[in-house]
Amino acid sequence: MPHRANVMICTCTNCISNGSLQIKEALEKEISKHKLEDDIQVVPTGASGLCVKGPILVVQPDGIFYQKLKTKDIPHLVEEHLLKGRPVESLMYVSPGEKTPIPELREIPFFKDQRLIALRNRGMIDPDKIEEYIARDGYKALAKVLTSMAPEAVIEEIKTSGLRGRGGAGFSTGRKWESRRKMQDDMKYIICNADEGDPGAFMDRSIIEADPHSVLEGMAIGAYAIGASYGYVYVRIEYPLAIERMELAVEQAREYGLLGKNIFDTGFDFDVEIFKGAGAFVCGETTALVASIESKPPEPRQRPPRTALWGKPTVINNVETWANVPAIINWGAKWFAEIGTEKSKGTKVFSLAGNVNNAGLVEVPMGITLKEIVYDIGGGIPHGKKLKAVQTGGPSGGFIPERLLDLPVDYERLQEAGAIMGSGGMVVVDEDTCMVDVAKYFIEFGVDESCGKCTACREGSDVMLQILTRICAGEGQEGDIELLEELGQAVIDASLCGLGQSLPNPVLSAIRHFRDEYEAHIRDKHCPAGVCKPLFQFKIDEEKCTGCGLCRKHCGHGAIQGESKSPHTIIADKCTKCGACYDVCTFNAVTKVANSVMEAAVSH
Amino acid sequence: MPKLKPGDLDKVAGKVKRTMLMREGSGRSKVIVHMGTCGIAAGARPVMKALMDEMESRDVKDVLLTISSCAGLCSREPMVTVEMEGKPAVKYVDMTPEKAKEVFVKHVLGGEMIKEYALAAGSERTF
Ligand SMILES: Cc1cc2nc3c(=O)[nH]c(=O)nc-3n(C[C@H](O)[C@H](O)[C@H](O)COP(=O)(O)O)c2cc1C
Repeated sequence: MPHRANVMICTCTNCISNGSLQIKEALEKEISKHKLEDDIQVVPTGASGLCVKGPILVVQPDGIFYQKLKTKDIPHLVEEHLLKGRPVESLMYVSPGEKTPIPELREIPFFKDQRLIALRNRGMIDPDKIEEYIARDGYKALAKVLTSMAPEAVIEEIKTSGLRGRGGAGFSTGRKWESRRKMQDDMKYIICNADEGDPGAFMDRSIIEADPHSVLEGMAIGAYAIGASYGYVYVRIEYPLAIERMELAVEQAREYGLLGKNIFDTGFDFDVEIFKGAGAFVCGETTALVASIESKPPEPRQRPPRTALWGKPTVINNVETWANVPAIINWGAKWFAEIGTEKSKGTKVFSLAGNVNNAGLVEVPMGITLKEIVYDIGGGIPHGKKLKAVQTGGPSGGFIPERLLDLPVDYERLQEAGAIMGSGGMVVVDEDTCMVDVAKYFIEFGVDESCGKCTACREGSDVMLQILTRICAGEGQEGDIELLEELGQAVIDASLCGLGQSLPNPVLSAIRHFRDEYEAHIRDKHCPAGVCKPLFQFKIDEEKCTGCGLCRKHCGHGAIQGESKSPHTIIADKCTKCGACYDVCTFNAVTKVANSVMEAAVSH
Repeated sequence: MPKLKPGDLDKVAGKVKRTMLMREGSGRSKVIVHMGTCGIAAGARPVMKALMDEMESRDVKDVLLTISSCAGLCSREPMVTVEMEGKPAVKYVDMTPEKAKEVFVKHVLGGEMIKEYALAAGSERTF
């Protein structure tokens, strides 16, 4: 018998690591204590998106959203809300800077301004139950194409929708399928790229964890369109939960005959296999990915010839691209094409991270501005800090400075500004971030992940890292900026795959928009954001210091001296610049003073 | 498990349809059982059970059955509120499992309010 209420508890990887499984257990215990088992059902779901506030749960049908739960909250919550019908305010979401909690999920700005297509089932279904996917129009699109559409018509529909690849390059999905359709061969392959190597990005993992069947259905539709009968889901081994849910989904789809031979009695055969990748960033590149499945060293190769698994026509699309396909078939290309901008249609999922209040997973219509994402959905910057830039596209992407924040999310517009749409990483950077230091972080990633095949990428990235390290240490030289630019361009020109061709982007775009910061490091040996430790010293402002002694107690190196109630001082020789005093001082008396200023003061 | 034919999708979906509608928070009408301490003491839980049984045995899929706290009139508990789309909410008082079933059949399914059991029509809406 259906229950009167469902408690949807997020069991994505993030929430599980925050203890959502213990919450689930506590819920079940309390529910049985109150003999509510027949009334209330606990449903594990994939990510709801606002998982920094995890563990989270939503009580349906009322749609009440609870966040940051602890096991000790559960007895009260079950008794008050589930037994007596009184939602618990103290566990609800409160907007940054506000006091009144917002009870309903659909009223919370983070959720309200999103538009869900790829994530249409998130938080609504138990990903381990195929019946729930089916109840939300699942596999209807597959039934529709198999029983009433010619493969060419399917391709035409996808082309008309304007869907472009969500894995990075943004190539037209319909055109990719069309070219493989035209190739004559006895065997063709479909691949879902779930390698997802961008640091901090978790869109694809979340889609699989929340709704694996949407990806499988998309793949089956693609297979029918190009004439393939076998597919691979290439998932990195670091995604154990995604793998587990995908494996179960494949099993259930086979049981219902939605994968396998003669699907829906139409004579169409399609089955898939899950391939676990070892988790190298370069394996997300199509030729390396295919080499990896073929048990060859995963090194990219020159194209053309086209990427082809076992030498056969192959379509590789990203997880999110596949998840969009059933929705387009169900609701029509025209519906999809009406969302977005002239050349970027539909929605895009981003993992919003960095210095932003509501970090999480967001799906937004193309054309929305970065400002809307950061401020309306993301709830702005913590601690009232100023926004400096937004980085999109991960290690292949670039920085968009604050003054360009009205830029719409669109493949071409982002590229014009020196960034890329990429696969959906979006890192918000506030005024306390150094643009040399952060560019260095991305280059370090590139140095680690370069497969080493192309000299330009292997050696060039390393030299770029050395120069950036020098600049951060206060040893930058005149000409370093120009050298970085020249080297960056050389790496782009001389590398054969997308990794090398994009790896210098974060540095080049940081220089383009924040050249003055690079110059300050090199010429004045000054880090304007106060991040590069060799370039400043901590100093206590005598006027502001009350002699409370808090910094002295927190200093782990005995580097602070002073009598109680009289101004303290820092002993420069002992100071390791750990910043503990700076963080604990409640009077803003600990300041960062640039070396250059210190020296000038001494020489006076 | 038998292999599905295209027409079977709706059958599979039908089994969990009511659950899905409930999660979407949508339905033709909403039935609220007031489950404050007072309501529970006065017998709100058997009333809820009766309504759930009724939904199940009649295979009703588009009604949301939910709970809320004390409606403020503890002496007349158990209470049930019926909200029909586009109509003022009706509060029923002194409910028993039998009366609740009657309300469900006549009002929620049949659209006819039962005046004898009703406290008032047009009370404030709950969320
Ligand atoms: C170094 C490198 C890493 C990549 N990693 C991924 C990845 O993790 N996931 C992905 O879908 N595409 C990745 N790509 C892009 C793929 O090469 C390819 O364009 C994409 O999978 C095609 O699918 P789409 O058209 O649906 O975007 C990567 C490309 C490069 C050069």
